[in-house]
Amino acid sequence: MTSNLAVEAEGLTKRYRSHPAVDGISLAIPFGQICGLLGPNGAGKTTTILMLMGLTEPTSGRITVLGHDPLRDPLAVKRRVGYLPDSVGFYEQLTGRQNLRYTARLAGIDAAEIDQRISMALHKVRLDAQADRRVGGYSHGMRQRLGLAEVFMKGVRLAILDEPTSGLDPQSTSELLDLILDLKAEGVAILLSSHLLNRVQAVCDRVLLFHGGRIVLQGTVPELSRQVLGGGYAIEVTAKGVDFPALMKQIPGLRSVVGTGSQTYRIAAESDLRPVIAEAVIGAGGALFRLSVVEPSLDDIYTRYFRSQAANSNRAA
Amino acid sequence: MTSIRATSGLKRPTQTAPHSGEQERGRRRGSPWAGLGTVFAKELADHLGSVRMRVLEILILLIGLGAVYTAIQNIKTVTAEDPFLFLRLFTNAQQPLPSFAGLLSFLIPIFAIGLGFDSINTEFSRRTLSRILAQPIYRDALLFGKFLAGLVTLAVGLVALWLLMVGLGLLLIGVPPSGEEVLRSVAFLTVALAYAATWLAAAMLFSVLFRSPATSALCALGLWMLLGVLWPIVAPFIARAVVAPDPASIMLGLPDPKELVMESVIARVSPGTLFGEAATAILHPATRTLGLIYESQVEGALMGAPLPLGQSLLLVWPQITGLIAAAILLFAAAYVAFQRQEIRA
Repeated sequence: MTSNLAVEAEGLTKRYRSHPAVDGISLAIPFGQICGLLGPNGAGKTTTILMLMGLTEPTSGRITVLGHDPLRDPLAVKRRVGYLPDSVGFYEQLTGRQNLRYTARLAGIDAAEIDQRISMALHKVRLDAQADRRVGGYSHGMRQRLGLAEVFMKGVRLAILDEPTSGLDPQSTSELLDLILDLKAEGVAILLSSHLLNRVQAVCDRVLLFHGGRIVLQGTVPELSRQVLGGGYAIEVTAKGVDFPALMKQIPGLRSVVGTGSQTYRIAAESDLRPVIAEAVIGAGGALFRLSVVEPSLDDIYTRYFRSQAANSNRAA
Repeated sequence: MTSIRATSGLKRPTQTAPHSGEQERGRRRGSPWAGLGTVFAKELADHLGSVRMRVLEILILLIGLGAVYTAIQNIKTVTAEDPFLFLRLFTNAQQPLPSFAGLLSFLIPIFAIGLGFDSINTEFSRRTLSRILAQPIYRDALLFGKFLAGLVTLAVGLVALWLLMVGLGLLLIGVPPSGEEVLRSVAFLTVALAYAATWLAAAMLFSVLFRSPATSALCALGLWMLLGVLWPIVAPFIARAVVAPDPASIMLGLPDPKELVMESVIARVSPGTLFGEAATAILHPATRTLGLIYESQVEGALMGAPLPLGQSLLLVWPQITGLIAAAILLFAAAYVAFQRQEIRA
């Protein structure tokens, strides 16, 4: 494979009757990166995923997954792509190991290797002890981990994970994200769709924001924040013993000061003004309890983006 | 060319797009059979280990014993007369119980529907379908593997039943079957399997069409009620409505031959009728025709003399091919419906 891109798509469109579920999107996902797919329900994330897997036929557009066309050569694509569907299901009457053995055989894994690869995968997701119990008795988190074990077992080059963390408790979520980072360390390209924005932020290298069947924003989290929130820094300060807002009026380069609690303020600035602020507070005889730059969170970006969208559409109407 | 495609694309975007896509991209690659063996083995293991199989086994035992018992009671009175004594095991009935063949025409659809009505829709509801289809197999392999597994399960049941009948018959009658009797009973077994395949394909079609297993089961059983129970009753009425009455027959007070022909044509829409006719001809070697007897057919014939096996099979060849064709058509319909289905729930 000459290209270092796991997925390339251009002008991908899917219409259900006349309603476009996905409307002319383009993607390029390199190996060894985690790419987050965000967006409200019905924004076209799952449809895009199904088209990449060759499980749904695009109305128009061109896709290359791992160097193959998923429509013309779906078997070659599916051999090297792992898919963890939204709320994954297993055969309840079979054990975890039997479920994996079935998919391993379907995946065409060499019979001599199957048992060893299953054990390796189960060990990775820490299901060794429960592997020979029926899946009917598994918890939701165990099922998600078993789904990920299937991805490990297949030895994939691209993993597509649709809402892998939905409905999981915080600890299971962290465990699952750690496992996803393990996959990334193996050089696998990962597409991750999720609603847990701060968690996504923690693991994703790049984020694609879907809205109404299009990719409306893409890039790293700082890039997105520059696009949506505008550049600059947000600084949080807790200072006592001074009239803080008045003091700040004298500092150039400050955009705004907003009180967010008792003696706590949030400052928007064009550059990192922490030393200047500290000097001003201490010079005025105040006590400085806290002074920190707030990293822009995906949550803020997401909320702000959709709020401005709603405002725009209201204005248009 | 482009303008034609553009205008037709406006009218029917969903139909024309895959077509033009196919022209540009060519055919799909890879074998449609990849994974067939795996699906088949897993589904067969599921069937054989299921509660349904236990029920099937108990029913087989009860039917076998019951049918042999009633037949033996009957056979004792006619021992000397019949050259095909062994086949009477399959056909003799003692009121109010139906014969073995009659019982099968009633029970095979139930078994087949029981095995097939939830084969695809539970994959949807258990959310296993997208995971399985994300493996390198085509949908063809999944559907056909499930069909084959169901068919083999039914075949296992039918062969067990057949062996039970033959074994008990040997023990109780004490007369070994002739070679032709064995051949005829094997032919009957094959026809029963084709009949089972038809109903299995119908049940699987419903399992593809309806997402709810209960709806699918209800529709399949409804079809079985319609074709198996109501159809033979309704067929004469339809025939009378379709065929113009013949004044000569009315004057003589005789049934109209055209109407009778039409009646049997209509009745043969039901696979149960086809199975019944095939069973009659195969198990009663003396059967010369399944409809009206014309003078030309009895010319030079010895009444009650048996036909050779080949001739009996020729007589019901249309019925047998009809059953197999119905199974293939229903499976093809299920296949097309399944291919067109969206995977997302």
